[in-house]
Amino acid sequence: MSRRTTEILVGLFVMLGLVALVFVSLKAANLTSFSIGSATYPLSARFDNIGGLKARAPVRSAGVVVGRITGISLDPKSFQGVVTMEIERGYQFPKDTSAKILTAGLLGDQYIGLEPGGEVDNLAPGTTITQTQSAVVLENLIGQFLFNKAAEAGSGQKP
Amino acid sequence: MNPLQGLGAWTLTVLRGWGHAAIFFVDLLRALPASLRRFGLVITQVHAIGNRSLLIILASGLAVGFVLALQMYYALVTYGAAESLGLIVNLSLVRELGPVVTALLFAGRAGTSLTAEIGLMKAGEQIAAMELMAIDPRQRVLAPRFIGGIISMPLLAILFSTVGILGAWVVAVGLIGIDAGNFWSIQQNGVDVWRDVGNGVVKSAVFGVICTAVALYQGYETEATPEGVAYATTRTVVISSLAVLGMDFVLTALMFSTPR
Repeated sequence: MSRRTTEILVGLFVMLGLVALVFVSLKAANLTSFSIGSATYPLSARFDNIGGLKARAPVRSAGVVVGRITGISLDPKSFQGVVTMEIERGYQFPKDTSAKILTAGLLGDQYIGLEPGGEVDNLAPGTTITQTQSAVVLENLIGQFLFNKAAEAGSGQKP
Repeated sequence: MNPLQGLGAWTLTVLRGWGHAAIFFVDLLRALPASLRRFGLVITQVHAIGNRSLLIILASGLAVGFVLALQMYYALVTYGAAESLGLIVNLSLVRELGPVVTALLFAGRAGTSLTAEIGLMKAGEQIAAMELMAIDPRQRVLAPRFIGGIISMPLLAILFSTVGILGAWVVAVGLIGIDAGNFWSIQQNGVDVWRDVGNGVVKSAVFGVICTAVALYQGYETEATPEGVAYATTRTVVISSLAVLGMDFVLTALMFSTPR
């Protein structure tokens, strides 16, 4: 085989490999949705209980993905969970926005839902959202339910 | 010979073997810059190692994608999670099966031919002739093959994964009837470019180094007889396969052990 043919075939092989890499990155992985260097700004929020929230979970507002969670840590003083997130620069939220930890479906992944308030000023990058609602923990719910039942039984059966 | 002496002799033999292989590897690395200056030789080797392995890699990738999608569907449909079929196939291919199965096939397809070629060059005293002409056979023979293997292996692995995902798409969307939009969007949510795809590429590059280095060492150190070459070829497949599987465990533990 001539040198030229070999070189063309090798070029074809390398091209094919690179195209496959691009295909996997764009079509079957998350390079398009959030890549490094896209314009975002940081926010953080404090929760009494973050439940099963994980880093890289989405942040949604009205169901639309507006950002991603970048880190989760525990504040050693207040013993609250501190969740840091990156929000796309195109989406600005009012100062009195509240954050909730919600679950997609019955058994789905947990995410943060932002509920915008009515203030005129927007949240500055790096600020902490204080109005938060923690994750629903099943054990606490059951405990509360049992406690209410016990209270009802203790107060005597009224018609 | 008493048992103690036997143990000592065995230890020394093993250590000598490892030392020999390590020195060979360092010599090989030292010969790399010279071969980069004659890149034509590397291109010929990428053709021999990469292009010629393409067919078996693509066929295996497609088959693995088909079967994985069919099998995973039966498990997932029980939990009403058939939509995540694409994600499971994608992650298992990109992280594990792509690099590992490609490396095993690579050892069988390209590794053996490297060992046999160099072993026969040695048996035909071509290597000795090169040394007589003051040509370093490491630079002229070994280094281009080494670089060719390292270039080819990651490309083959990513092609294997891609064809596997496409095969899974054919089964999931065409045969089972999962929505095509869901199939891709769940993958985009669950697969990270750097963490999953990037680490898969790093893995396959490491496997490329292992497989090619083992094949070259076995060929270069073979006994210069027909039996010796046959024996070396067998050892290439066995050692590279075991090394790849062992190294895969170490790399997986390093890369994916921390939860997201």
